[in-house]
Amino acid sequence: MLGLTITQWLFGILSLMAIMFALMVVFTRNPVNSVLYLVLTFFCIAGHYLLLNAQFLAVVHIVVYAGAIMVLFLFIIMLMNLNPDTEPRKHIMTRLIAGVIGGVLLFVFVGALKGAEQLQLTQSGASQIGLIKNLGHVLFTEYLFPFEITSVLLLAALVGAIMIGKKDTNINVSRNS
Amino acid sequence: MIQLVALVPLFPLIGFLINGFFGKKISKSLAGLIATLAVAASFVVSLLIFFELEHAEVKSHVVTIFSWFNSDTLKIPFEFVVDPLSSWFLLIITGIGSLIHLYSTGYMHDDEGFARFFTYLNLFVFFMLLLVLGNNYLIMFVGWEGVGLCSYLLIGFWFKNTEYNNAAKKAFIMNRIGDLGFLLGIILIFITFGSISYNQVFPIASGANGTTVTAIALLLFIGAMGKSAQLPLYTWLPDAMAGPTPVSALIHAATMVTAGIYMIVRSNIFYSMSEIASEFVAVIGVITALFAAVIGLFQNDIKKVLAYSTVSQLGLMFLGLGVGAYSSSVFHVTTHAFFKALLFLGAGSVIHAMGGEQDMRKMGGLSKHLKITYATMAIATLAISGFPGLSGFFSKDEILAHTYEHSPVLWFVGQVASMLTAFYMFRLLFLTFFGSFRGTHEQEHHLHESPSSMTIPLIVLAVLSLVGGVLGLPEFWGMTNWMHHHLDVLILHKNPSTMPHDTEWMLMGIAVASALATIYVAYVIYRQKHIVPLPEGEKMPTLQRIIYHKFYVDEIYDALVRKPLDAMSAAFKFIDTKFIDAVVNGVGDAVNGGSGLVRKLQTGHIGFYIFAMVIGIISILFFVFN
Amino acid sequence: MLNGIPINYYIMLSAILFIIGVVGVMARRNAIIIFMCIELMLNAVNLLLVSFSTLHNDASGQVFVFFIMAVAAAEVAVGLAILSMVYRHLKTVDIDLLNRLKN
Repeated sequence: MLGLTITQWLFGILSLMAIMFALMVVFTRNPVNSVLYLVLTFFCIAGHYLLLNAQFLAVVHIVVYAGAIMVLFLFIIMLMNLNPDTEPRKHIMTRLIAGVIGGVLLFVFVGALKGAEQLQLTQSGASQIGLIKNLGHVLFTEYLFPFEITSVLLLAALVGAIMIGKKDTNINVSRNS
Repeated sequence: MIQLVALVPLFPLIGFLINGFFGKKISKSLAGLIATLAVAASFVVSLLIFFELEHAEVKSHVVTIFSWFNSDTLKIPFEFVVDPLSSWFLLIITGIGSLIHLYSTGYMHDDEGFARFFTYLNLFVFFMLLLVLGNNYLIMFVGWEGVGLCSYLLIGFWFKNTEYNNAAKKAFIMNRIGDLGFLLGIILIFITFGSISYNQVFPIASGANGTTVTAIALLLFIGAMGKSAQLPLYTWLPDAMAGPTPVSALIHAATMVTAGIYMIVRSNIFYSMSEIASEFVAVIGVITALFAAVIGLFQNDIKKVLAYSTVSQLGLMFLGLGVGAYSSSVFHVTTHAFFKALLFLGAGSVIHAMGGEQDMRKMGGLSKHLKITYATMAIATLAISGFPGLSGFFSKDEILAHTYEHSPVLWFVGQVASMLTAFYMFRLLFLTFFGSFRGTHEQEHHLHESPSSMTIPLIVLAVLSLVGGVLGLPEFWGMTNWMHHHLDVLILHKNPSTMPHDTEWMLMGIAVASALATIYVAYVIYRQKHIVPLPEGEKMPTLQRIIYHKFYVDEIYDALVRKPLDAMSAAFKFIDTKFIDAVVNGVGDAVNGGSGLVRKLQTGHIGFYIFAMVIGIISILFFVFN
Repeated sequence: MLNGIPINYYIMLSAILFIIGVVGVMARRNAIIIFMCIELMLNAVNLLLVSFSTLHNDASGQVFVFFIMAVAAAEVAVGLAILSMVYRHLKTVDIDLLNRLKN
């Protein structure tokens, strides 16, 4: 098929889908749709992880991002009752400038990569580093300390989120905008 | 007892603290009692120390109180030195000091700042004792500055009067000029000898470079000029009469002004080594003596006369120091402390009786009303005039005899100055106590003898003025000059007198004859002819007018120092406001204006910030990868 | 499972996803969408890390992604709490209206 391997086909399709869904995230007016497109983008990225032999990460990615974080987003959006009619829009000029700046950034990236040598990802099926066993070993030996610290971070975030999010009665923020 | 020498300055310090903190809460009599007792206790301790030292084998003791500075090469212990010189000064300071404290309890009785006055007096005594007791120049400097401060506080004691305040400031500034010289001298000593303790510096002083020693001696003398009111820094002392009279007696006659003498006697080795410096001291001294005596001739303020007399007598003491007669100068310091304190206290008694009047033209005939004051003042006047047998006679004669040996010219000038002293002192006595009363009727009615707290010190001082001469009887009489022997250990370069005895007899004869002759002249002018100085504003002969206006020295200083300074400061003010301020304000305005422009970037819109951030990132990437 | 794709392609893909995130941050006013765009950028970087990890056959890159996910989860939790708080007080999540930084 056009001289491309199945892997290359998969890479191309997944990449196109990821980029397309990402663009939809930005350009959809309805925030709920944005969230759903982001979830789709994340699925595509999870597919890339699988292609790269990072099976554990692919699973975790779907569970954490698509399953938890994006649900949280959706939940908040619904809580705020945001809909396309009330969705604020930037001035057309601003959006145009944003696009131009994005293009320039891309141009700079391409320029920076121009001289880089073409390395093939030549790793074979023998590569086992993406497996849970392997990753777990590294995580609990070499990165044990950061791993434990992460638990503290999550705990702190948990407490912080509850503290911020709970309805406070004694703080009066003036409401001018 | 010598080891307990710290008690001597401690008592006045305690008195100062008590009166300083609780002076307003305790009664006047208690405050006066505490202050007086504090100094009296110091006097008792000083006496004990003095007698112990007299019988001790070792004449110089160093008592370490604590270590003060201790860094690399600079090691300065807080030490007191007890030797014949410091113990003698202790006696003068605490002895005269306690008498004056006693006197002040009577004199200041109606003053609202009573406790404050005693606070300052005690502080003054404390610093003076520190000055005398310190075993190094730094402690001396602390005391030196301290007495300057107290002098400022006490001269400006009645601070509601602007003129008194100005007098206080003048004293302080004049002293500062001298202090700078003194400080430089101390620094030079440290650089040269690596120490400023007396017992470390003096033994090695003779090995130092002659020029350096001259520089040290001259710098120290500049300090002495300021503190002891020598030309050209003397003008503060007459103005210092603005303070209460006991202050004049204590500070400006008996103790503080002798600090310069003490310092030079203490550092006598430098002056003995440097011909130029000692010559300079002698010349300045004798010129001051003559100059001040001439000014004193026509002053009408009773305290001003005494002030110029003090300057003149200090000049004589410096003359003695300059010709190497250190013990004679200390002797004269002692006798002068007796009779000058007495004169000031007597003048205070007169002023007290006159209800604050100080002008001698408004006095006269007071001997009838103030018998004790009159008698004691007469003794003091005789003593200062060099009347044979009284204390001043011996001390002055000793200085003049040494001067004659050194240089007859200086002797002649000194002799003239002492004649003038006799003249103006008797002028003061005749104008004040003889003739008829010239004041208002009300004042005459009010005349009264002072309370006993004031007359007792007068009597004590009068007795001391009478017999003080026994401390230094002339050796050619076949007597022992006690003072000379007492201080002998401290004078490192001795030049024993080689004068034939008949020359000494001749000098003494001249001194006596001239003193008596001058007294007679004064008697004729002011007693027989009843001449009273002209009232203010009347035309005087030119010379007299110049002298009356103190040779216009203040005006000359005004023209030479103040006017150029004023002009300079005006010029600098112009530069400051027009140029420096313009630059400074310009910078401020530029920043302000610039920030006004930059501020517009701070819109507060997050979107804009994000744009800026992204553009920044792009630029960074661009510059990194190209 | 041989993977014959040059690393540059992954880099380009990550860059494009990242830039889409940046453009989204710049072009949208809804704070929640901006938040999502930030997540997108994080994922772009994650993808890059994983591809390099595979290239060098080194597990460290994947461990890092793991940590980034943990941090992102924490960040989202706190960030959304803040946003909900803002919304509760101001009844809007429009960043152009949230210009209190100016004063």
